[in-house]
Amino acid sequence: MRNSRVIALALGAVLATAPAGAQDGADPGVPAAPPERVVSMNLCTDQLAMMLADDDQLHSVSYLSQQARGSALVEQARQYVPNRALAEEIYLMDPDLVIAGSFSDRTTLDMLRRLDVPVAVFEPAGNLSDIRDRVRRMGAVLHREEAADRMVARFEARLAELSAQAPPEGARPSAALYSANGWSSGGKTLPGQIVTAAGFDLVADDFGLAWGGFLPLELLAMSDPDAVITGQPYPADSRAEEILDHPVVAHLKRDSMRGIVSDQDWSCGTPLVLDAIARLSDARLAASGAGR
Amino acid sequence: MSLLSVSGLTIHRGKRTILREVGFDIGAGELIGLIGANGAGKTTLLRAVLGLLPATGHSSLAALPRRDRAKQAAWMPQAREVAWPVSVERLVTLGRSPHLGVGQAMGAADRAAIDAAVGALGLEDFRHRTATNLSGGELARVLIARTLAQETPLVLADEPIAGLDPAHQIQTMRLFAGLAQQGRSAVVSIHDLGLAARHCTRLILLGGGRLVADGAPGDVLTPDNLTDHFNITAHFAQTEAGPIFQPLDVVGMD
Amino acid sequence: MTRLMLVLSALVLALTGAALVIGPANAPYGDSLAALFVDDGTPLTLVMREIRLPRAILALAIGASLGMAGAAMQGYLRNPLADPGLIGVSASAALGAVLAIQTGLAAAFAFGLPLAALAGAVLGVVLVLALAGPRGASITLILAGIVVSSLAGALTSLVLNLSPNPFAASEIVFWMMGSLADRSMDHVWLALPLIALGLALLATLTRGLEALTLGEDAAQALGINLTRLRLTLVVGTAAVVGASTAVAGTIGFVGLVVPHLLRPFVGARPGALLWASALGGAAMLLAADILVRVVLPTKDLKLGVVTALVGAPLFLHLIYKTRRQMA
Repeated sequence: MRNSRVIALALGAVLATAPAGAQDGADPGVPAAPPERVVSMNLCTDQLAMMLADDDQLHSVSYLSQQARGSALVEQARQYVPNRALAEEIYLMDPDLVIAGSFSDRTTLDMLRRLDVPVAVFEPAGNLSDIRDRVRRMGAVLHREEAADRMVARFEARLAELSAQAPPEGARPSAALYSANGWSSGGKTLPGQIVTAAGFDLVADDFGLAWGGFLPLELLAMSDPDAVITGQPYPADSRAEEILDHPVVAHLKRDSMRGIVSDQDWSCGTPLVLDAIARLSDARLAASGAGR
Repeated sequence: MSLLSVSGLTIHRGKRTILREVGFDIGAGELIGLIGANGAGKTTLLRAVLGLLPATGHSSLAALPRRDRAKQAAWMPQAREVAWPVSVERLVTLGRSPHLGVGQAMGAADRAAIDAAVGALGLEDFRHRTATNLSGGELARVLIARTLAQETPLVLADEPIAGLDPAHQIQTMRLFAGLAQQGRSAVVSIHDLGLAARHCTRLILLGGGRLVADGAPGDVLTPDNLTDHFNITAHFAQTEAGPIFQPLDVVGMD
Repeated sequence: MTRLMLVLSALVLALTGAALVIGPANAPYGDSLAALFVDDGTPLTLVMREIRLPRAILALAIGASLGMAGAAMQGYLRNPLADPGLIGVSASAALGAVLAIQTGLAAAFAFGLPLAALAGAVLGVVLVLALAGPRGASITLILAGIVVSSLAGALTSLVLNLSPNPFAASEIVFWMMGSLADRSMDHVWLALPLIALGLALLATLTRGLEALTLGEDAAQALGINLTRLRLTLVVGTAAVVGASTAVAGTIGFVGLVVPHLLRPFVGARPGALLWASALGGAAMLLAADILVRVVLPTKDLKLGVVTALVGAPLFLHLIYKTRRQMA
């Protein structure tokens, strides 16, 4: 009895770590020769691919990149053929490389692999240092390593510049990220790091929500943040987003720093987050200049 | 003074005509027994007279507005439904509701009526018992008390003595007869022709979809009527102890 | 019986006080209550007036609505198993509300949402009464209720499924289980007029329900207008359940359990049960909403879950009692 249970546990542990292990070895997504007809099927891989690809290398991006709501590079995206991330459609485009996100439909990716289409899967960036890794990997996958290296260098330089503008510990204003269902992101998430890089302390961190979590509205109110950052609402209504219209949230936003809404630059882990950080930082400086 | 006047009353159900051209008048001080075989239409007639069923023709009760009708006539249905386990006293009190305005509390007159009804039916010891725990006969007496507590000039009752023991049957018929002495009237549908003969001042016989006979018991309970509409022969005699009626044998049925 | 009302009123008062001072902010009770009346400039005032107060008012109003509607339904149908939720009124109201939200009708004009929920509720009740007959045997009534509930639930899921909003699909949980979390005074003004109207309508049913103890025939002969009674019942129930569902989602068992519990205390009189159930329902929902905040404060525990967890064992107890009586 006991032995079989130990074996079962061991087996479970091995299986759980197996996917991670596969990632660390030889990268299965990097093609041998530079790809000439790339299809990207995920909003964030679209953005990175568009920024790094050579002329004529990228053939298609997902339709989401062509919508103003989530895409920071709408105009650029419109040059490409849109796809709906379906295996049949993508296969008929005859790509020599498909780039997907780790949350893309697994059955679709399995189908593409069965049809002998090379697939490179990218995890979403969870923090600022992940962005460097993603840029480098995209460069490797597209055989555009030099462009990628230049991008990383620019990214690090500008990030250092922006960080220097941040006030020291203890003098930083407080900010609360608040989105649907009362979700508040903390300092270990990408949105959280955007905010801290702009010189704020996060309310979520005070409540132990470093990885993000549900923040009761009462606690948001009691913490009286200097800035409340909400996202853009989705079309149609949902009850999940209703809380963002609550009078308490409106009240807090009215008294806090103006013009702080997370937008397209926040949605993906690309160097474009620097623009978001810059805007936040400017807002902070403007508010503190007004004697807050 | 007419308490109820009915003329040309015709009742249809679907394609069938249950009763055709029924007419009669009821004055004060009468105890009328409504008799007829099963399915003759006794319940239907009473409900149509009250306006609870659609019918063509005229019924002075049905023509009244709801509240006035409730103060003019009290109705005791055959089905002795009591939906909730309320107390006996509460059930009898329901008889007073036509006299009470919305949210109006009970007055002395109401309490007197309830006490009188409870006393008349011998329910003093039952006041606080739960109505749904009573036997069939006891419940029947409670519902009769409710009808009496309503203190209306006219009482219509559908088989009120069914299921009562002989003593209570006679007592109840005497109660209704007593109403007649007070200047009120009662119409009771009844199967026990013996009791009907002994206590009712007048009988109305329904049969073949019509009102067949209307008059004193001796005039209605003729051998021909008994054969044609009840399929029985009977012994009917006037004695010193009053009229005695006893069905003897079945005739004309297989 | 008035002693019962006094006890219930005191209970409701105490629970309202508790509902006002219990919450994640964990402020001292005295300060919390003071902040309701005096603006001390701290965020606590905001919390008390804009978060706790509307929540307490809604728990009270919706609890009273469901309690009275349940008592009215049971009184009219002469069946202790009737519950507004059991006969599909809540599910139909939810469908009306979801349609209003997703088509933008709710945003188009104020009160668009509760009126749409009211319309859904009326249609649902009419459908159930038509399917089961006005005096349906319990089994036909319950079956008709299942039909309407399932249909409305399926359509609600469909509407949410087809919504362009990514969060909409998971909303079905709310419409099935109910919640009062973070309601604002806007929700209070939205729901309260219709709830007040519905309660007023249902309260007029006292005489009729009492007379119905003797059955429909006798009640009619006692001067009760049964057609008008039924109409008042339908509109009143639809109003309170429609408004309650529009704001709080589906909350079951309150309308079923509260009249059951209180019936022995009012001598089984259906008319007296109306206001007693209103107070009892308010108490039950306030208590449930407090439990939701106390038991699992970090998780979003749904109100309907708590009322179901209370209601189900009570049902078991009833079955047990009935079996013992039959044996």
